[in-house]
Amino acid sequence: MVVPILKQGQYLIASIQAALTDADLLKMRDALVDQVGRFRSRGVIVDVTALDVMDSFAARTLSDIANMIRLRGAETVIVGIQPEVAFSMVQLGLKLESVATALDLEEGLAFLDQKTRRINRVSSPSTR
Amino acid sequence: MAAKKTQRQAVLSELNRVTGESTASLLRELLAHLRENRTQLREEWARRITEAQLLTAMTKEEIFAEATSIYDNYVDVLETGSVEALQAYARNLSERIIPRGVETHEVLGIVLLLRDVLARSLFKKYQTDLGLLNRVLDAYEPAANRIANTVAVGFVQERERIIREQQEAIRELSTPVLPVRERLLILPIIGVIDPQRARQLTEQLLRGIRTNRAKVVVMDITGVPTIDSTVANHLVQTVESARLLGATVIVTGLSPEIAQTLVTVGVELGKMNTVGDLRGGIEEAERLLGYKVQPIGEAAQPA
Repeated sequence: MVVPILKQGQYLIASIQAALTDADLLKMRDALVDQVGRFRSRGVIVDVTALDVMDSFAARTLSDIANMIRLRGAETVIVGIQPEVAFSMVQLGLKLESVATALDLEEGLAFLDQKTRRINRVSSPSTR
Repeated sequence: MAAKKTQRQAVLSELNRVTGESTASLLRELLAHLRENRTQLREEWARRITEAQLLTAMTKEEIFAEATSIYDNYVDVLETGSVEALQAYARNLSERIIPRGVETHEVLGIVLLLRDVLARSLFKKYQTDLGLLNRVLDAYEPAANRIANTVAVGFVQERERIIREQQEAIRELSTPVLPVRERLLILPIIGVIDPQRARQLTEQLLRGIRTNRAKVVVMDITGVPTIDSTVANHLVQTVESARLLGATVIVTGLSPEIAQTLVTVGVELGKMNTVGDLRGGIEEAERLLGYKVQPIGEAAQPA
């Protein structure tokens, strides 16, 4: 099962549709890290709404993705974690501490807009 | 050897049949006696209930009416040996009298009184023939005990059912999730948090965040007297789960005792966003959401 990665303006959206194997997750990670540079994206959204289980490998891969994307110069936000999934993740100690999270795709886009606007303002002197 | 065994079995079963028959006939006799003296025994029973000051919540007439129907049920059960009708009656009775404040000892007391009254009347009737009295009591006592048991258990079960319902109701009432502004929820918690309530609270909070699309939640625990380390850890986990849903939780109103406990038991509080009181918590939430609240007078003045 390949995760489709959509380019939406300055952002990349990876929308997970079904439970993934570890190999699928790694493929998604590689594709994102590659494309974020190719498309000069400002942000990446990983939508996990469809996942009703999150194991330690998935959680670690997500935080790896976030860290790699940061090194590639963009922001990552994980959206759509289900309430039950969130609580069981915390109980398992998978807290995704260094990763931004948002309720759903809409919120994720708003979060990235806010982040990148801040960067724009800082980088371009004309808007000051 | 085998022949001997079958012979013995035949004798045994014959014996059983005879004693079984005699128990049945004794029971029949007993029932006839109880039906015959219905009025008198019933009155005697009601009198003793009043004397013993049981069922004080009910009037004399009510006691007599209940006594009559319990008496009839009692005799029926003795006759048929089926406790189902009595169970249904006991449930029905409990439903009626529990709201009026009748206690368990009263219900048990009246059933035992009836048992005594009937036993006394049997003593009186068979006082001349001790052997017969013994056999009548043998037939009567197990049945009577089973009845007393059934009624008491029925009453207690009804009570427990009511208590369970009330607990459920209190639980549902006790953790409201209130949307006060767009994307801002308030979760006032009052009373002791036990592990079960903590679980329910987490569930409601996380579901509330989803349905209200909340960004900030203010959890006010001013009304919580104490907290133990299990519950404290659960709260921390709830806060972290809320973050995974993209919401920030602000905890307000930690009392000095709770603050001391949390620090002493070493709960990891680094990630917890705490503010002194609910007012400060709401102000902080508004700041996070980008609201600015000011008096109308100030806003009206031209800048």
